[in-house]
Amino acid sequence: MEEIWEMVRQHKNVTVFGCNTCVAVCHQGGNKEAEILASLLRMKATREELEIQFVDSGIERQCEHEFFEKAEGLLQNSEAVLSLACGIGVQFVATKYPKTPVYPALNTTFLGDVIAPGVFTEKCQGCGDCVLGATGGVCPISRCAKRVLNGPCGGSANGKCEISREVDCAWQLIIDRLDAMGKMENYEKLSSLKDWSRDRAGGPRSFKLEDF
Amino acid sequence: MELKTESKLEKIFKSGHLAVTSECGPPRSSDPTHIIEKGRLIKNHVDAVNITDNQTSVTRICSLAACIHLKNEGIEPVLQMVTRDRNRIALQSDLLGAASFGINNVLCLSGDHQSFGDHRQAQNVFDLDSMQLLQTVRHMREEGKFLSGDEIKVPPRFYAGAAANPFGDPFMIRVPRLAKKIAAGAEFIQTQCIYNMDRFEKWMEEVRDRGLDGKVNIMAGITPMRSVGMAKYMKRAVPGMDVPDELIDRLAGVEKKQQAQEGINIAIEQIQRLKEVKGVAGFHVMAIEWEEKVPEIIESAGLYPRPEVD
Repeated sequence: MEEIWEMVRQHKNVTVFGCNTCVAVCHQGGNKEAEILASLLRMKATREELEIQFVDSGIERQCEHEFFEKAEGLLQNSEAVLSLACGIGVQFVATKYPKTPVYPALNTTFLGDVIAPGVFTEKCQGCGDCVLGATGGVCPISRCAKRVLNGPCGGSANGKCEISREVDCAWQLIIDRLDAMGKMENYEKLSSLKDWSRDRAGGPRSFKLEDF
Repeated sequence: MELKTESKLEKIFKSGHLAVTSECGPPRSSDPTHIIEKGRLIKNHVDAVNITDNQTSVTRICSLAACIHLKNEGIEPVLQMVTRDRNRIALQSDLLGAASFGINNVLCLSGDHQSFGDHRQAQNVFDLDSMQLLQTVRHMREEGKFLSGDEIKVPPRFYAGAAANPFGDPFMIRVPRLAKKIAAGAEFIQTQCIYNMDRFEKWMEEVRDRGLDGKVNIMAGITPMRSVGMAKYMKRAVPGMDVPDELIDRLAGVEKKQQAQEGINIAIEQIQRLKEVKGVAGFHVMAIEWEEKVPEIIESAGLYPRPEVD
């Protein structure tokens, strides 16, 4: 909650946006959870004496275009979006609204999106310690060949990765996003050392709801 | 003169001299003769010699062992260290090992992706990135601690370096990225091979505008072209390399057997021009498998004899 608060407190109008499929099944990010999180944030804002409007909403899937229709107006007018989707959904919203800050409400632990019917691309490695709030909604862990947290490496050329001209340089995408949002000052912040114990390095992972 | 380390390179910079370094790639064999011979060729003409760390992801004698061979020859080594192959445990362990042999300089790099090398199926590590390795080197030295927080009784005291590419993409972060490396702890910088002199000077101007030349010692990277073919290849195929057409035309304008000499002439002229650029603190001459030409370049560029600082 503190982590989410630090990301959103700078805004005046945040859409708390649920995703009603995978993460809803996991009881983490459905419309109901969006409603609860928005209430908690409203209370937090009141306690901190900050005027922030938290609108809760949601759609069936944040990883496919067609579901966005009913929320299009709301999202177009949102200053920022706090997404309760998995890391894939957060990145999908970020790609769809290039100038809108999009923050993750979940630390996705384990997963691609469907950029077109039958086309799947890896967007999250389920590393257990989400950095999308700092990287403009583009994940360097899954989308940079070297997983560098302070990129780009010396191999970025014309927006493409050194390993292939077919592969986008994740750090070019991150910088483009930061630039579009007017947040280039974020680029110079050094990223802390990654805690890989929350990734596969900590061994095979599982998740259990205590009171389920 | 307040020195933070035992590094000769640090002494050179702090004495106000232009530093000169070169670079040797270790052999793909357990026979060290080749690297020792290369070291002897350039020993008297440089202040320190970088040893690459499995460059282009091709397996070679490890950088640390090759550095020890050079050290035994009385040469000051710069240990290149990439984060591709080792996690933070192995990196810190190698830093301790290197320090135990009196190696005083480390250049922190991420490393080429393994898909370029001889083991394309390898898993890479990238537990840390190049900036985080810089932070690690400085943390061990300044705090006397491992990343875990445990104390190091005798901490390694490395002079910490990093690479910078004034020509890479995206262009808008070229100077901010240098600032970030300085914030991470870089004390010296070796740049990518410079061919587009105008663009390099423009970069240096922006570096000076932010006052970064006062915070780090920037060594200009020089690689002589051996032929017009090499120049065309570097322009076409090497990411982050900016080779202007006028340089290619100049090499193409001389007879084939004269092209290597013309390449050396160009390198000498580049050094002479860059000596006048405020903020350039030295030169890193990377004569890839052409070490025998390094003395000629350094002498002709007026950087010889090297100053005595010990």
